[in-house]
Order: sequence, then structure tokens, then C-alpha cells
Amino acid sequence: MAEVEGANAPLCVLDGIVKRFGDLTANDHISLSLRAGEIHALLGENGAGKSTLVKILDGLLAPDEGRILWQGRPITLASPEDAATLGIGMVFQHFSLFDNLTVAENIAVAMPAGVGLRVLNKRIMELGERYGLALDPKREVWTLSAGERQRIEIVRALLREPKLLILDEPTSVLTPQEADTLFATLEELARQGCALLYISHKLEEVTRLCDRATILRGGRVVAMCNPREETPQKIASLMVGTAIPPLHDRDNRPADVRLSLRRLNAAPADLHGIALKDVSLDVRGGEILGLAGVAGNGQSELFEILSGERAAPQRGMVLIDGEECGLDGIDTRRRKGAAFLPEERNGHAAVGALSLPNNVVLSRHATSDIAPRNVIAFDRARALSDAIIAKFDVRTPSPLAEAGKLSGGNLQKFVVGREIIGNPRVLVIDNPTWGVDAGAAVLIRQALIDLAAAGTAVLMISQDLDEIFAIADRIAVIHHGAVTAPRNVRTVAREEIGLMMTGGQGASHAA
Amino acid sequence: MIGFWESILLTVITAATPLLIAALGELIVEKSGVLNLGVEGMMAVGASTGFAVATLTDSSSIGVLAGIAAGMALSLIFALVTLGFAANQVAAGLALTILGLGLAGLIGAKFVGTSRIAIPPIHIPGLSDLPGIGKLVFGQSPFFYLSVVLAVGVAWFLRRTRAGLSLRSIGENHASAHALGLKVLRTRLLAILFGGACAGLAGAYLSLVYTPFWSPGMTAGRGWIALALVVFASWLPLRVFLGAYLFGAATILQMHAQAASMGLPSQALSAFPYIATIVALVLISMRRVGATPAPGSLGTAFVPPR
Amino acid sequence: MRLELIPRSDVSSLQRTLAPLWAILIALLMGGLIVAFLGRSPLAAFKVYFLEPLTDPWALQELAVKATPLIIIATGLVYCFRANLWNIGAEGQLIVGAIFGSIVPLATVGMESTPWVLPVALLLGALGGALYGSIPAFLRVRFGVSEILVSLMLVYVAELTLDYLVRGPWRDPKGFNFPTTPNFESFALLPNLASEGRLHAGIIIALLCAAVTWFVLNRTLFGFGIRVAGEAPRAARFSGFNANRMTIAAFMISGGLAGLAGIVEVTGQIGQLKPAISGGLGFTAIIVAYLGRLHPVGIVFGAFVIALTVYGGEAAQITLKLPLDLTRTFQGILLFCVLAADALTTYKLRIVRGLHA
Repeated sequence: MAEVEGANAPLCVLDGIVKRFGDLTANDHISLSLRAGEIHALLGENGAGKSTLVKILDGLLAPDEGRILWQGRPITLASPEDAATLGIGMVFQHFSLFDNLTVAENIAVAMPAGVGLRVLNKRIMELGERYGLALDPKREVWTLSAGERQRIEIVRALLREPKLLILDEPTSVLTPQEADTLFATLEELARQGCALLYISHKLEEVTRLCDRATILRGGRVVAMCNPREETPQKIASLMVGTAIPPLHDRDNRPADVRLSLRRLNAAPADLHGIALKDVSLDVRGGEILGLAGVAGNGQSELFEILSGERAAPQRGMVLIDGEECGLDGIDTRRRKGAAFLPEERNGHAAVGALSLPNNVVLSRHATSDIAPRNVIAFDRARALSDAIIAKFDVRTPSPLAEAGKLSGGNLQKFVVGREIIGNPRVLVIDNPTWGVDAGAAVLIRQALIDLAAAGTAVLMISQDLDEIFAIADRIAVIHHGAVTAPRNVRTVAREEIGLMMTGGQGASHAA
Repeated sequence: MIGFWESILLTVITAATPLLIAALGELIVEKSGVLNLGVEGMMAVGASTGFAVATLTDSSSIGVLAGIAAGMALSLIFALVTLGFAANQVAAGLALTILGLGLAGLIGAKFVGTSRIAIPPIHIPGLSDLPGIGKLVFGQSPFFYLSVVLAVGVAWFLRRTRAGLSLRSIGENHASAHALGLKVLRTRLLAILFGGACAGLAGAYLSLVYTPFWSPGMTAGRGWIALALVVFASWLPLRVFLGAYLFGAATILQMHAQAASMGLPSQALSAFPYIATIVALVLISMRRVGATPAPGSLGTAFVPPR
Repeated sequence: MRLELIPRSDVSSLQRTLAPLWAILIALLMGGLIVAFLGRSPLAAFKVYFLEPLTDPWALQELAVKATPLIIIATGLVYCFRANLWNIGAEGQLIVGAIFGSIVPLATVGMESTPWVLPVALLLGALGGALYGSIPAFLRVRFGVSEILVSLMLVYVAELTLDYLVRGPWRDPKGFNFPTTPNFESFALLPNLASEGRLHAGIIIALLCAAVTWFVLNRTLFGFGIRVAGEAPRAARFSGFNANRMTIAAFMISGGLAGLAGIVEVTGQIGQLKPAISGGLGFTAIIVAYLGRLHPVGIVFGAFVIALTVYGGEAAQITLKLPLDLTRTFQGILLFCVLAADALTTYKLRIVRGLHA
């Protein structure tokens, strides 16, 4: 550690950072250093401690132990304001934006006092031209796409002229093309001497962009490496700790159509929603149909109408096993042999404050024997819950634990298990492995493959193209509420799908 | 000699002023993302404290200040429980109403039946004597001018100032605001105190200008109507102004109808303001189908992760 | 200096049960301070408020009489509050229930004993409250209007309607111009349970309401739906519950029970209608619901605690010349304390010196 002040002296050093939440040690003596002009990757699975570390660096969380050196001097970051004043900028994974405020207001609120709105508008435009981040300062945020929203975050951070910019999973909501634009911006920033801390679990991005990587697992640094010199398999096994079992493929023998949409047109349920435009789809028993698309293009609206949480405009627009059921409620559709799993675990697919057996009651009271004559038989709910826990390897503090006490991956295994343990004929599942660890993701994907092999029609909505290409048979794309004709995943090119996701070629409806 | 319409307008202003002041205070509170249902209680305490202190010190101005202070003190309890303990805001607001009405009774008990000379309107020689609008524009109670300044000031603060932008952001999404380093709880504390001050002031106006005496139950639901005004106005200060005057006019209409005894039972006329409030809320909701301009974090507690 | 809340990883059910007791203790200390400030001895007040009623059998009956409507209303409120719906207009629903329930008893004044009058009166009372309670629910479901404000505004409307009726069309012509209806016939009154004292059959109705509510909330799918709707509305929809129907059902049950409480009050201890029949029971019941932690068994205890403050308040007014507003003040403090104590079961409190940790 003989580094002296100079070109190569680290800009920022984290030294032995420890952060505990109750019994959980989220960061266990983490050390790393960041230099000006480098793009440094922070790799790790969900729950490895990346987000916690970043929040500490942004002044949102206070570390329990360890110190932070900034240009060689120890500092205390008591708030994001402190961090921003030093020159630490942050682009959040879940945007910290205000939907009903304008772009300019969203940016102004994070600026130091005394910057007038008119001056700011000018600077937003200038910055937009320089980095290809065009924004209309007067638009309200809720009218913007995910990519545009992220631009606000980046412009907001850049306007404060950061020396260190932290990006937390920045491409998770972008199309491949939008991601390319982002990478160009980041490389330009690095050239100008800005240090970037790039958090991701996508290896391709990291190999392309970064020359140093720190890998976290279980709250500890397990390796530091140059990602370009390692094989993706090596990095993946470092992140996960064990080798991930490969998925077992199956014979694909599609049977009859089990789930159909017929020219579904639906106005959005609320002002900020997306209208569904003339959607037609057939999903056959035995196949997995992947529906790709950037978040916010009508996926949740489509899920609502498929599941019956919201009725379709006409009875004949949704068919389960050939029966028209567009006006039926979700319970009626479940009784017809369909099962559904929404994207959001907490507060939609499950209720954190309820016990696991009660979470079984949540979606299975109509399709099991746990609520005869509308009176709940808790022993039966408990039995079904225990069966799910055993079959899907759910790690829980207790069989009666509240759902909120489970980790994301374990809760997802539980709710997926809850829907497929009854062998539904149709399954509609939205982002089945969003935010779960690699082990759970493999288990869930294998379960979906096995379910399809047994004859179920699976419609999988997913923002993760890798996931669709890994397990789906056919792929369709949803963009602005319209769905493209499905294509065979083995013959279609990823670039083509990426283009459809932005509404480019091939996006016109062709049913 | 004051003309008929002029006298009606004067009474409308008198009825609208306390609603306007209290509603503007609550508007700021709600814009910061906090729902304080205790306006009625804070107003009652402001009225009784204001009257009691004015009588004891024989100074109406000290009374007004005491009313403001009492409203703030009460709102501080609310702030402690909802911000410090992250308690449910609706329930805490109801607790504040119950506590406020009780305390107001305790404070005012000794002063029931006494009355004071109302704080007089401002008189500007020359201007106030102008025919027609002279008294209407230049000869009002100081509270009227204060309420107008307050309305314009609140509008300006929210629209044009940096602090107003912070306050709106915090009300819109407290998690994002916190992530950006805005002081969510501190801002909300200040907003709640401002709301308390306004409610206390509105109460003091009732007992020192409007009636001018103290009697239990004299707030008569005005605090609740002020809350409704904020919704009615879609959280826009200048529309609160408009709403308060519409409402004041409706009240005065009812009083005149009562005097004219139009054959309707007096209770039906007394119920008019409350029914009008419900109808107004329905009409305003029908106009904006689906969309809601309510601050995104309104009524939800914020516990900073640490 | 500031407060910092740290989520507790485990909350024992013992802590949850004890929280309201802590709240009562703190509220008593604060109440004592106010009594001292009013120039009376807090100890003497404590004795009159809380000890004497508990040692006097007659007073115990009186407590049960006062607790009866509170139990009925508060169990009703639980349906709304658990579903995260804010019915704060139980007072109005109570009054409308009393009005509806009084129609038949008033029509049968001066008639021979008719056994069906009382049950019909009780049913109509519940119906009236349910219908009145459905107004804010309907406006919320159909137009998205705040149920808080509408239910509260309707309290004033109900009060004025009752006032109109007892001063106008329903006034007893032989009543020397007093604003009251004629007295109900004895067959239209709830039977007394004790030969001496005022304990009437209403307490049985109240305990029955609490028992049924316990079963509905803990064992039925409907009760499950209420809870899910309150915790996570989207999950409730996913579970197959129609939010609009749940809202209307919760409000109608809540209003119906408030209405039942109204007619129980009238047929149990008032015996006629007059301009003020409730004195804020509908608001006091909100405190009871929270003191009972939105649980039917807790509510029965909570109702007796609040009944004690009301009864003690009346006694203190006579013996110590303490104003009745003291009771209301104490109830307000108590509700604040209960809410704060609730927070302390889910969070640990840390006091941090300085602005930053």
C-alpha cells in the first residue's frame, strides 16, 4: 500500500465496511478502491450485499464498522447531500423520481439551492446534446418511458459534476439498443476522468465495459479480477459459490390450444396505464411462450385481463381450454384449470404480514379443499403449505412464518410452488425469477420446464431475454400494448427481438 | 349606510376567512404527504385559548398569538406520534380532534357567557370611505388581508420556491425524496406546525372576531369543512381561496334563507353546508375520472431506513 | 435530538397484548397531571374515576350498560378499520339506526302487548344504520370520494334530522312541548336483566356481536378477505375479492352494528327519542376499537375501560366538580398513547443525540 498522491492514487477507498441488519450481516468487512477514469464492476447475486454497500457510499446508510477514504482523507457520509457535495453521484435501480413533477423539477430538487429553473433548463439541454441524453424539461415524468426516466437520473447526477458515479443495475429496464447508448455515455464519462462503479449481475455487460471487477458473495468480497481475463463460467461460479446445475431440456410436443386471446382491445384502467391493442395469442399445452418487452409496455395490464383481476371488454376475448371466459373473475378461471402468478411478490402474489398457510389460502381457496363453504380449514391450508415447502425446497424460519420473513428467492419458490403444485392446465406467470438468487432461479425455471413437459400451457411474461431464450419455445414481444406474432426461439435473432422491443422492424402486428 | 349586497358580501368574507386560513394550513400539511384530520380540534383549542388569553390580558393581539401557539402545540403532539412513532395518521388525527375538543372545553370553561369587543376592521381614511367598494376592499378585518396574503404566499411558496419544491417532492414520494437526501421528517414537522398555526389562527378568529365569544362546540365542523376544501380544491391554493368563498356564500345564503323562513324546517337549512360539501366532493371527483392529484405519499408513514 | 425507529425482528404476542396496558398507564399519569393543573388532587380523582365504580355492584351494572353500545359499534368498526376503510361516521349511523328502529315502537304506542315489535325494531335499527353507512361506501366506490369526509359530514346531517323529528312530526303531543317522542310501550323495550339496577339485555346482544365477529374475522373467507384488503389491496384482487363489494359490505356491517347500537340504547335505557341520544358514542367507539387492538375480545375489555372513564367522569363531576371535558381530554390522550404503544411493538425506539447519528 505504498500508493502516494498521483495519477494512480485511488479516488475512493472503502476499508473494512461492516453493516448488520439484526442477525443478518449484509456487508462483512468489505474493502475496495476506485480510481479516477475506471469503470469498476461490482458483481454479485441478489442478496450479496451490493445495494447495501452502495447505499453506504451514497450516505443513505451508516456503516457499523470500517471507514471510507475520499482522496486519501477519512470521511463520514451522513446523508446523500454530503455524498453529492463531495462528488459522489448515484443512479438508482428503482428510480427515485417523482411521477407528477416535471423533468426539470425532478432535477432541480436534487440540486444545491440557488440554481434557477431557467438556468437549469438550459444546462439540461446542453448536457443532453453533449452525451446524447435528450430530455424535454417541461414534460411530467409519468409520461416518459423507462429509458427516458433513466436519462433523468443520469442527467441529474451529471449536473452535479460527480467525480464518482454509481449505477445500480442500470440496464435492467432498457432494450439492448438503449443499453448500447448508455454504454457509450459511460465510456465517454470515464474518458473524462470520472470513476464509475457499475453494479450488475449480467456478465456480458461487465466484460464489455469494465476492466476491474469486485465480486461479492454473502456480504463478503470473494474475488477481485479483470473480467476480460476470466471465463464467464469462472465468474458465475465465484458469484454463486457452487456450480449451477444446467437445465434439463425436454421433448417439445405441443398439444391443443389451452389459452387464447382473440383481438383483445382494452382501454387502460387508469390515466398512467397502457391500452392493449388488438392482441391475439394462442398458447398450446406443452409449450412455454415467452412474452418479451421493456417494463411498462402493457405487461401488467395484459396480466390483469388474462387472470381476470380485471374483466375483458367482451366474453369472447379470452379463452381457457376453448371456453370463453373474458368476463369471469379470477376464481372462476382458476376453477377452469388456470393458475396465475403476478410479478410483484410482496403485496400482490403474497402478503408479507400473513403466514405461509394463509398465503396458500390467498390464491387456492377456490381450487382446493381449504375453504369448504367459505369457512377456512387451517389444518388443510397448513398441510398444503408444508407440502409446497418440502417439494420446492423453501427455506423458512418456521412453517408458520410470515411471508415477509422469507428471502426473495425462497418466497418466490413458495408462490411458484403454490400455483403449480395443483398441476394447472394453464399457467400465466409474470417475471418468474425477478430479483431472486441463481439457485432459486434454476429451480423455478426447471419447474416451469417440467410443468410444460407434463402438458401445461405456460405463458411467461419476462423482461429477461436470457430467461426467455433459455426456457421458452416461442417468443412474442409486447410494445405499447401491441403484441407481435410469436417466433421460434431457436431461429429468431436476438437483435431482431431487441428491435421489436423498441417498436422497430417487425413490430407491426401480424397475427 | 351600507347597501344590501355590500352587507351580504361582507358577511360572506367573514364566513370564508376562517375556512380559508385553516384550509391553507392543511394544504401545506397534505402537500408534504401528511393527512392531519385534527383541524377541528386544533381550531377549537385556538378559539378557546385565544379568547381566554385575550380576556386575561385584555389584549386581543396577545389572544391571537396565544391561539396560534395553542394550535401549534397541539399539532406538535400529532407530529410526535405520527412522525416519531410512525403511527397511523387517520387514527392520530381523530385522537387530536377528540383531545382538542376536550382541552378546548377545559380551557374555555371559565369564560363561557362572557364576550369581548370584536377586533375592529381596519379603517383607512379616504380609501375606506370610497363609495361602493371602499369598505369592501379597504375596510376589512386585518384577518381578511392576512388570509389573502397567506393564499398568495402559499401559492408562491409551492410553485416558485426551492423549499416548496422539496415539500412537494416529499409529499409525492417520500422514499425517493429521502434517497435524494431531502429531510423528509424535518420538512413534515415544519409543515404540521404550520398547519397547527393556521388552524389555531382560524380558531382565534372565530372567538375574537366572528362571534366574539367562546362557547363549546362553536367550531361546528368548520375544521372538517376546511379538510374537504383542500380535496375540493385539488390541492391548489388559489382554488382553496375560491372554494372557501363559495362555501362562505353558501353558508350566508342559508342564514338568509333561514331569516326569510321559506317554509323549510330550520334543520334542513342547517344541514345545507354539510350536504353541499358532500355534493361538491362528488362533483369534483366526477370531473377527474381515475386520475388523482392527491400527493402520492399522502397519509403513509415514513420510517427512514438506517 | 431525534427519535429513530428500528424494526423489531420478532414481536411476541405478549408484547402486543401488553401494549394497551402500558398506554393506559401513561395516559393515567398524563391525566393526573392535568387534574393537578386544574387544582384538584390526582389521587382523589383516581379514586373517584377508577376505584369506586369497581367496588360498587350498582356501578358495575352501570358500567356494563355504558359498555354495551361501545362494544357493538367498535366490533362493527373493526370490519372497516381492518380493511383500511375509515368509517368515522358511526355516530351518524347510530342516530339513523335509532330513528329507523323507533318507527314501529312509536306506531305501537298505546297498543296491546305485541311481542314482534322489539325484534322488528332491532332489525330496522340495524338496517337503517347499514343503509346510512352504505352512502359513504357507495360514493367512494362509484366516484372515489373520501369516505372519511363523507361519513363525518353525514353525522351532522343525522343529528339535524333527529332534531327535526323530535321537535316536529314525532314530538309527543302530550309532552308539554318538550322535544321528545312519546315513551315506548314496555313490550318495545329490552328486558332488564337484574331486578334492581339498569342492566338490560343489550349486553347479551353486544357479547353476541363480538363473538360472531371473532368467528367471521378469524375463520371465514370473508374475514380473510377483509384483512387482505387492508394489508394489500392488489393481493385481495388476486385472491378473487372484489374491492368494491368488500368496501360496501364492510361499511354496511359497520353501519348496521352502529345502527343496532343506536336502537339498543333507545330500547334499552332511554325509552324514547330526544335530540341527543348518543353524546358521541360513535366517536368514543373509535378509541375502544384501537384500545382493543381491532380484536373483538380486546374490544370488550376496551369498552369497559372507556365505560369506566365515562362513569367515573360523571361521578367526578358531581363529587369533585371536575368538568366533563376532562373525560374527553383523557380519552384523546389515551388514544394517542395507544397509537404510540402500537408503534413500540413493531419498532424499537432509539433516541439519538445530535442531528446525525
